[in-house]
Amino acid sequence: MPDTVLASPADLALVERLRAGDETAFMMLVEQHQAAMLRIARMYVATQAAAEEAVQEAWLGILKGLDRFEGRSSLRTWMYRIVANVAKTRGQRDGRSIPFSSLEGADGGSGVDPEWFQGASERAPGGWRAFPDDWRGIPEDRLAAHETLEEIGRAIEDLPPMQAEVLRLRDVLGWTSEEVRNALDLSETNQRVLLHRARSRVRRALHGYLFESEDR
Amino acid sequence: MSTKPLTCHEVVELVTDYLEGALAPDVRARVEGHLADCDGCTRYLEQMRETIRLTGKLTEEQVPEEQKAALLDAFRSWSAG
Repeated sequence: MPDTVLASPADLALVERLRAGDETAFMMLVEQHQAAMLRIARMYVATQAAAEEAVQEAWLGILKGLDRFEGRSSLRTWMYRIVANVAKTRGQRDGRSIPFSSLEGADGGSGVDPEWFQGASERAPGGWRAFPDDWRGIPEDRLAAHETLEEIGRAIEDLPPMQAEVLRLRDVLGWTSEEVRNALDLSETNQRVLLHRARSRVRRALHGYLFESEDR
Repeated sequence: MSTKPLTCHEVVELVTDYLEGALAPDVRARVEGHLADCDGCTRYLEQMRETIRLTGKLTEEQVPEEQKAALLDAFRSWSAG
Protein backbone atom coordinates (compact mmCIF):
# COMPACT_ATOMS: atom_id res chain seq x y z
CA MET A 1 0.00 0.00 0.00
CA PRO A 2 1.57 3.34 -0.98
CA ASP A 3 1.98 5.94 1.73
CA THR A 4 -0.03 9.09 1.42
CA VAL A 5 2.95 11.09 2.73
CA LEU A 6 5.00 11.43 -0.46
CA ALA A 7 8.54 12.68 -0.70
CA SER A 8 8.64 16.47 -0.40
CA PRO A 9 10.38 18.70 -2.97
CA ALA A 10 13.12 19.11 -0.33
CA ASP A 11 13.49 15.30 -0.14
CA LEU A 12 13.82 15.05 -3.93
CA ALA A 13 16.33 17.91 -4.03
CA LEU A 14 18.35 16.20 -1.30
CA VAL A 15 18.33 12.91 -3.21
CA GLU A 16 19.68 14.76 -6.26
CA ARG A 17 22.50 16.27 -4.19
CA LEU A 18 23.39 12.85 -2.78
CA ARG A 19 23.41 11.28 -6.24
CA ALA A 20 25.76 14.08 -7.29
CA GLY A 21 28.15 13.12 -4.48
CA ASP A 22 27.49 16.11 -2.17
CA GLU A 23 29.32 15.19 1.05
CA THR A 24 27.88 18.06 3.10
CA ALA A 25 24.36 16.94 2.28
CA PHE A 26 25.21 13.38 3.26
CA MET A 27 26.77 14.36 6.58
CA MET A 28 23.74 16.51 7.42
CA LEU A 29 21.57 13.47 6.85
CA VAL A 30 23.83 11.41 9.12
CA GLU A 31 23.68 14.05 11.88
CA GLN A 32 19.89 14.15 11.68
CA HIS A 33 19.21 10.45 11.69
CA GLN A 34 22.08 8.42 13.09
CA ALA A 35 20.92 8.51 16.74
CA ALA A 36 17.35 7.45 15.94
CA MET A 37 18.56 4.80 13.48
CA LEU A 38 20.81 3.30 16.16
CA ARG A 39 17.93 3.16 18.65
CA ILE A 40 15.64 1.52 16.12
CA ALA A 41 18.28 -1.06 15.19
CA ARG A 42 18.98 -1.70 18.88
CA MET A 43 15.38 -2.88 19.35
CA TYR A 44 16.04 -5.89 17.12
CA VAL A 45 19.62 -6.91 17.89
CA ALA A 46 21.36 -8.11 21.04
CA THR A 47 24.14 -5.57 21.49
CA GLN A 48 25.03 -1.96 20.78
CA ALA A 49 27.92 -3.16 18.59
CA ALA A 50 25.49 -5.23 16.49
CA ALA A 51 23.20 -2.18 16.19
CA GLU A 52 26.12 -0.06 14.93
CA GLU A 53 26.97 -2.71 12.33
CA ALA A 54 23.34 -2.97 11.25
CA VAL A 55 23.09 0.81 10.83
CA GLN A 56 26.34 0.91 8.84
CA GLU A 57 24.91 -1.81 6.59
CA ALA A 58 21.62 0.07 6.34
CA TRP A 59 23.42 3.23 5.19
CA LEU A 60 25.08 1.23 2.41
CA GLY A 61 21.63 -0.11 1.48
CA ILE A 62 20.23 3.42 1.49
CA LEU A 63 23.02 4.69 -0.79
CA LYS A 64 22.57 1.76 -3.19
CA GLY A 65 18.82 2.28 -3.13
CA LEU A 66 18.96 6.03 -3.84
CA ASP A 67 18.95 5.50 -7.60
CA ARG A 68 15.69 3.59 -7.23
CA PHE A 69 14.07 6.01 -4.77
CA GLU A 70 10.89 7.14 -6.45
CA GLY A 71 9.49 9.41 -3.79
CA ARG A 72 6.46 7.31 -2.96
CA SER A 73 7.14 7.85 0.74
CA SER A 74 9.06 10.54 2.58
CA LEU A 75 12.82 10.00 2.42
CA ARG A 76 13.12 9.46 6.16
CA THR A 77 10.38 6.83 6.43
CA TRP A 78 11.98 4.98 3.51
CA MET A 79 15.39 5.16 5.24
CA TYR A 80 14.06 3.96 8.61
CA ARG A 81 12.28 1.02 7.04
CA ILE A 82 15.59 -0.07 5.54
CA VAL A 83 17.20 0.22 8.99
CA ALA A 84 14.42 -1.81 10.63
CA ASN A 85 14.59 -4.50 7.94
CA VAL A 86 18.37 -4.84 8.11
CA ALA A 87 18.28 -4.99 11.92
CA LYS A 88 15.43 -7.53 12.00
CA THR A 89 17.30 -9.78 9.57
CA ARG A 90 20.46 -9.42 11.61
CA GLY A 91 18.59 -10.14 14.86
CA GLN A 92 17.03 -13.29 13.38
CA ARG A 93 20.41 -14.45 12.08
CA ASP A 94 21.85 -13.99 15.57
CA GLY A 95 18.99 -16.05 16.98
CA ARG A 96 17.50 -13.14 18.84
CA SER A 97 13.75 -13.05 18.73
CA ILE A 98 12.01 -10.49 20.82
CA PRO A 99 8.33 -10.73 21.60
CA PHE A 100 6.75 -7.58 20.22
CA SER A 101 4.90 -7.14 23.51
CA SER A 102 8.16 -6.59 25.36
CA LEU A 103 9.24 -3.87 22.92
CA GLU A 104 5.91 -2.14 23.25
CA GLY A 105 5.38 -2.62 26.95
CA ALA A 106 1.89 -3.89 26.13
CA ASP A 107 1.36 -5.27 29.61
CA GLY A 108 2.47 -2.16 31.46
CA GLY A 109 -0.65 -0.05 31.03
CA SER A 110 -0.57 3.71 30.76
CA GLY A 111 0.94 6.16 33.19
CA VAL A 112 -2.49 6.77 34.65
CA ASP A 113 -2.93 5.30 38.13
CA PRO A 114 -6.50 4.02 38.85
CA GLU A 115 -5.91 5.05 42.46
CA TRP A 116 -6.15 8.71 41.43
CA PHE A 117 -9.87 8.13 40.87
CA GLN A 118 -12.74 7.16 43.14
CA GLY A 119 -13.78 3.51 43.21
CA ALA A 120 -17.14 1.98 42.34
CA SER A 121 -18.49 2.23 45.88
CA GLU A 122 -17.50 5.85 46.41
CA ARG A 123 -19.51 9.03 45.93
CA ALA A 124 -18.41 9.79 42.35
CA PRO A 125 -16.98 6.61 40.75
CA GLY A 126 -14.26 7.47 38.21
CA GLY A 127 -13.99 11.06 39.47
CA TRP A 128 -10.74 12.57 40.78
CA ARG A 129 -10.02 11.89 44.45
CA ALA A 130 -8.08 15.16 44.36
CA PHE A 131 -7.16 17.29 41.36
CA PRO A 132 -3.57 17.11 40.15
CA ASP A 133 -1.42 19.90 41.58
CA ASP A 134 -1.44 22.95 39.32
CA TRP A 135 1.60 23.58 37.11
CA ARG A 136 0.52 27.11 36.24
CA GLY A 137 2.33 28.69 39.18
CA ILE A 138 5.65 27.20 38.06
CA PRO A 139 7.84 29.76 36.30
CA GLU A 140 8.99 29.02 32.75
CA ASP A 141 12.66 29.12 33.76
CA ARG A 142 12.04 26.14 36.05
CA LEU A 143 9.80 24.27 33.56
CA ALA A 144 12.28 24.67 30.72
CA ALA A 145 15.39 24.37 32.91
CA HIS A 146 18.18 22.04 31.84
CA GLU A 147 17.48 19.86 34.91
CA THR A 148 13.79 19.52 34.03
CA LEU A 149 14.62 18.53 30.45
CA GLU A 150 17.12 15.97 31.78
CA GLU A 151 14.33 14.54 33.92
CA ILE A 152 12.15 14.21 30.81
CA GLY A 153 15.05 12.51 29.01
CA ARG A 154 15.42 10.01 31.85
CA ALA A 155 11.67 9.32 31.85
CA ILE A 156 11.85 8.57 28.11
CA GLU A 157 14.80 6.23 28.61
CA ASP A 158 12.75 4.30 31.19
CA LEU A 159 9.95 3.62 28.68
CA PRO A 160 9.66 0.33 26.75
CA PRO A 161 11.71 0.83 23.53
CA MET A 162 8.86 1.16 21.03
CA GLN A 163 6.98 3.63 23.25
CA ALA A 164 10.15 5.66 23.66
CA GLU A 165 10.80 5.73 19.91
CA VAL A 166 7.24 6.73 19.01
CA LEU A 167 7.44 9.56 21.55
CA ARG A 168 10.85 10.72 20.32
CA LEU A 169 9.85 10.72 16.66
CA ARG A 170 6.56 12.50 17.35
CA ASP A 171 7.41 14.92 20.16
CA VAL A 172 11.18 15.45 19.96
CA LEU A 173 11.63 15.29 16.18
CA GLY A 174 8.16 16.47 15.17
CA TRP A 175 7.23 13.69 12.72
CA THR A 176 3.60 13.18 11.73
CA SER A 177 1.72 10.16 13.04
CA GLU A 178 1.60 8.71 9.54
CA GLU A 179 5.36 8.93 9.04
CA VAL A 180 5.92 7.24 12.40
CA ARG A 181 3.46 4.46 11.54
CA ASN A 182 5.19 3.87 8.23
CA ALA A 183 8.72 4.02 9.58
CA LEU A 184 8.03 1.67 12.50
CA ASP A 185 5.40 -0.47 10.74
CA LEU A 186 2.64 0.21 13.29
CA SER A 187 -1.11 0.39 12.84
CA GLU A 188 -2.79 3.75 13.35
CA THR A 189 -4.40 2.60 16.61
CA ASN A 190 -1.22 1.02 17.89
CA GLN A 191 0.82 4.14 17.22
CA ARG A 192 -1.68 6.20 19.20
CA VAL A 193 -1.83 3.74 22.11
CA LEU A 194 1.97 3.72 22.36
CA LEU A 195 2.07 7.52 22.18
CA HIS A 196 -0.61 7.80 24.88
CA ARG A 197 1.20 5.46 27.26
CA ALA A 198 4.49 7.19 26.66
CA ARG A 199 3.16 10.72 27.12
CA SER A 200 1.16 9.75 30.22
CA ARG A 201 4.22 8.24 31.83
CA VAL A 202 6.42 11.19 30.98
CA ARG A 203 3.81 13.62 32.35
CA ARG A 204 3.62 11.60 35.54
CA ALA A 205 7.41 11.53 35.94
CA LEU A 206 7.58 15.25 35.28
CA HIS A 207 4.81 15.92 37.78
CA GLY A 208 6.63 13.86 40.39
CA TYR A 209 9.79 15.84 39.71
CA LEU A 210 8.11 19.25 39.79
CA PHE A 211 6.29 18.49 43.04
CA GLU A 212 9.09 16.48 44.66
CA SER A 213 7.47 13.05 44.48
CA GLU A 214 3.82 13.87 45.03
CA ASP A 215 2.46 11.21 42.74
CA ARG A 216 -0.52 12.36 40.75
CA MET B 1 -21.45 3.51 22.82
CA SER B 2 -23.44 4.58 25.84
CA THR B 3 -24.30 8.23 26.29
CA LYS B 4 -23.88 8.40 30.04
CA PRO B 5 -21.44 11.12 31.06
CA LEU B 6 -17.74 10.30 30.79
CA THR B 7 -15.89 9.94 34.07
CA CYS B 8 -12.66 11.82 34.79
CA HIS B 9 -10.76 8.52 34.54
CA GLU B 10 -12.19 7.91 31.07
CA VAL B 11 -11.41 11.45 29.92
CA VAL B 12 -7.81 11.19 31.13
CA GLU B 13 -7.39 8.00 29.06
CA LEU B 14 -8.91 9.72 25.99
CA VAL B 15 -6.62 12.76 26.14
CA THR B 16 -4.22 11.56 23.43
CA ASP B 17 -7.03 10.51 21.06
CA TYR B 18 -8.53 13.95 21.69
CA LEU B 19 -5.28 15.82 20.97
CA GLU B 20 -4.68 13.63 17.89
CA GLY B 21 -8.12 14.48 16.50
CA ALA B 22 -8.92 10.76 16.45
CA LEU B 23 -12.23 10.78 18.33
CA ALA B 24 -15.59 10.27 16.65
CA PRO B 25 -17.53 13.56 16.64
CA ASP B 26 -20.02 12.42 19.31
CA VAL B 27 -17.27 11.27 21.68
CA ARG B 28 -15.31 14.45 21.04
CA ALA B 29 -18.39 16.47 22.00
CA ARG B 30 -18.77 14.46 25.22
CA VAL B 31 -15.08 15.00 26.10
CA GLU B 32 -15.43 18.73 25.47
CA GLY B 33 -18.61 18.85 27.53
CA HIS B 34 -16.82 17.16 30.41
CA LEU B 35 -13.81 19.50 30.14
CA ALA B 36 -16.06 22.55 30.23
CA ASP B 37 -17.28 21.50 33.68
CA CYS B 38 -14.20 19.81 35.15
CA ASP B 39 -11.20 21.80 36.40
CA GLY B 40 -9.27 18.63 37.26
CA CYS B 41 -9.43 17.20 33.74
CA THR B 42 -8.79 20.62 32.18
CA ARG B 43 -5.68 20.87 34.32
CA TYR B 44 -4.61 17.36 33.28
CA LEU B 45 -5.09 18.17 29.58
CA GLU B 46 -3.01 21.35 29.98
CA GLN B 47 -0.27 19.33 31.67
CA MET B 48 -0.21 16.87 28.77
CA ARG B 49 0.15 19.84 26.39
CA GLU B 50 2.98 21.22 28.55
CA THR B 51 4.66 17.81 28.58
CA ILE B 52 4.55 17.72 24.77
CA ARG B 53 5.88 21.28 24.54
CA LEU B 54 8.78 20.63 26.93
CA THR B 55 9.63 17.29 25.29
CA GLY B 56 10.00 19.28 22.06
CA LYS B 57 12.94 21.13 23.63
CA LEU B 58 15.04 17.96 23.85
CA THR B 59 17.75 17.43 21.26
CA GLU B 60 19.28 14.34 19.71
CA GLU B 61 22.67 13.04 20.79
CA GLN B 62 25.77 14.03 18.85
CA VAL B 63 27.09 11.41 16.45
CA PRO B 64 30.52 10.06 17.51
CA GLU B 65 33.34 11.20 15.19
CA GLU B 66 34.47 7.68 14.30
CA GLN B 67 30.98 6.76 13.08
CA LYS B 68 30.89 9.91 10.98
CA ALA B 69 34.32 9.15 9.50
CA ALA B 70 33.29 5.59 8.61
CA LEU B 71 30.09 6.80 6.95
CA LEU B 72 31.89 9.51 5.02
CA ASP B 73 34.29 6.87 3.69
CA ALA B 74 31.34 4.72 2.65
CA PHE B 75 29.73 7.70 0.91
CA ARG B 76 32.95 8.54 -0.95
CA SER B 77 33.39 5.00 -2.27
CA TRP B 78 29.70 4.86 -3.22
CA SER B 79 29.86 8.11 -5.18
CA ALA B 80 33.16 7.11 -6.81
CA GLY B 81 30.91 4.30 -8.05
